[in-house]
Amino acid sequence: MERDFTRQRVRVSERVMEGLLFVAAALAIAIVGGILYVVISEAAKFFAQVSFIEFVTETRWTPLFDDPHYGIAPLLTGTFMSTLVALAVAVPLGLLVAIYLSEFAGPRTRETIKPTLELLAGVPTVVYGYFALLFVTPLLQRVIPGLPGFNLLSAGVVMGLMIIPYIASLSEDAMRAVPRSLREGSFAMGATRLETAFRVVFPAAISGVVGAIILGMSRAVGETMIVVIAGGQLPQIVTSPTMQGATVTAFIAQVALGDIAFGTLEYQSIFAAGLALLFFTLVFNFIAFALQRRFRESY
Amino acid sequence: MAAVDTVETPRDITAHPPGLGVRRFKDASFIVWGLIATFIGLGTLVALVGELVHDGGHRLTAAFFMSFPSSDPAQAGILSAWVGSILVIVTTAFIAIPIGVLAGVYLEEYAPKNPITSAIEIAVNNLAGVPSIIFGLLAVGLFVQMFGLGQSILTAGITLSLLILPVVIVATREAVRGVPQEIRHAALAVGATKWQTTHHHVLPYALPGVVTGVIIGISRAIGETAPLIMIGGLTFVAFLPITRPGDAVFETIGVLDEYGAAVDPAAVETVRIDHDGVVVLPDFTEMPVEAGQTYELPHGSTVQSVATWGDAIASWSPTNWLGSEFTVMPIQMFNWTSRPQAEFLELAAAAGIVLLGITLLLNGTAIWLRYRLRKSIKW
Repeated sequence: MERDFTRQRVRVSERVMEGLLFVAAALAIAIVGGILYVVISEAAKFFAQVSFIEFVTETRWTPLFDDPHYGIAPLLTGTFMSTLVALAVAVPLGLLVAIYLSEFAGPRTRETIKPTLELLAGVPTVVYGYFALLFVTPLLQRVIPGLPGFNLLSAGVVMGLMIIPYIASLSEDAMRAVPRSLREGSFAMGATRLETAFRVVFPAAISGVVGAIILGMSRAVGETMIVVIAGGQLPQIVTSPTMQGATVTAFIAQVALGDIAFGTLEYQSIFAAGLALLFFTLVFNFIAFALQRRFRESY
Repeated sequence: MAAVDTVETPRDITAHPPGLGVRRFKDASFIVWGLIATFIGLGTLVALVGELVHDGGHRLTAAFFMSFPSSDPAQAGILSAWVGSILVIVTTAFIAIPIGVLAGVYLEEYAPKNPITSAIEIAVNNLAGVPSIIFGLLAVGLFVQMFGLGQSILTAGITLSLLILPVVIVATREAVRGVPQEIRHAALAVGATKWQTTHHHVLPYALPGVVTGVIIGISRAIGETAPLIMIGGLTFVAFLPITRPGDAVFETIGVLDEYGAAVDPAAVETVRIDHDGVVVLPDFTEMPVEAGQTYELPHGSTVQSVATWGDAIASWSPTNWLGSEFTVMPIQMFNWTSRPQAEFLELAAAAGIVLLGITLLLNGTAIWLRYRLRKSIKW
């Protein structure tokens, strides 16, 4: 009898633990649901007062003025420009590092350089913002006379430096996963390592590499502090990286820095901006994920 | 297309390829390009540290760590910021570690192949890619507005724990996956239940990998600024959450501008002080105050210490600080960075050194742990 009782107790505690584990895991769904619920429901209140047509077509974003306009275009151009600059820095550098580490460097060099670069990804973004404002901007002002103290160029450059590790590390993983036989075939035909890297390995790993770049892009689109500190927080249609500008994230942070009165249109506008941001990053993540999975399936 | 091919194919064969010397030279010179790209990355890190130390190194004194922020840059420090950071991170760790580890174990050891499991996996993958400021929106809408948790340390801790949850889950999954199947079989064969096997045999072997993930997550939480700005982490906090147990403190925050300066120096306010302490007047002179007394104080005064350390320890309880307003290191640094005066930028740099030092140390530890792990364990 005693033993049966113990066994039953064990069985109950098994069930309890399994339930607990499931609840912890299912929380992830609840969090995603919570994010979608909060952002969409508040954005819906915003769109009840501001037409979606105005949101998309209006070229001014001035929710804090007496005569408010709610066009997302200035914020999107700001985000687009800073992301473009970041990618212009991070893609060439990140891919060079990835090709070097995967095809040229010995295991020892790789094991030293890769983790050291990963430290770059761990630097707090507020520190990067300081660096952009007080180191990179003065440096760029020497090269580009007349560059304003706040500009999207230096914010973008620093963002690019920040995402180098993501792009380098993920692309390197993709290239190293290319089967050895492909390289050996190329070497056997007399190709050098460089020719093999560019004509055999890189094309074979392309979907993984593009996935890595899109993930880096998603990081840049969602980055807040660097742009808030160094970008100037001025929502205007940005046509040149040397201009001041606000990104979607910068606007959200800027409103939050003031006193938000809950339930006002101003409060709801940050959720509308957040919805746009969430939409773009989720689409990017989905594409990157699909590309990487396709890559994994093909080898 | 076919016509083009027939024209091009013979040309490819007959064209003189570059000599082997040229091709070898190109091959070797790529190493230089690779190294240049690598050193731009590493150079950034060096320049970052150099710039911060050059700007703020001389401000790293003991007084800097033991002073509250102040509108006088010469006296300002990061006391409330580092205490706030520690309290927020402790809260974050208490929430994120158990949930993240349990969720990771479930997905790796228990989850059946069904739509719910794939929904969980999709959710975790997407959470990892959501920008941090969106978590701030979630916190404002859900925790502050709907649940009424206020702009408190508890809200901050929950928000950051949700943010680092994917990191902990993914690290746990990888660590658990790395434990060989034989260990589970051996435990199950001698009659252990599934949870006993997981708890006593799988998790201990997976522990180093889990710890690595937790350290990286915590390091990220320490440096995170944007979501805490959203929930209103204050930029000017001249009290410690732990030394403010349940006493109605002198409310001056509202009449200070965002830089902590008085809005109207002439106005006065009648306040009751609940603890022995010091009030700093707008002209930076200090005035000792006694508990239970009522004072007429100019707008812009701040209570520098509302309790002694002894009082604080005696009246300490977790509920006191969980509900308290707060500031953290990155917010303090951001606040100083956004001011024009050079003295405040020096303070920002000094705070940046501390912040960078902590995060680099944590990341370095995690990387070292992972390296040791890969080297030492050969199943």
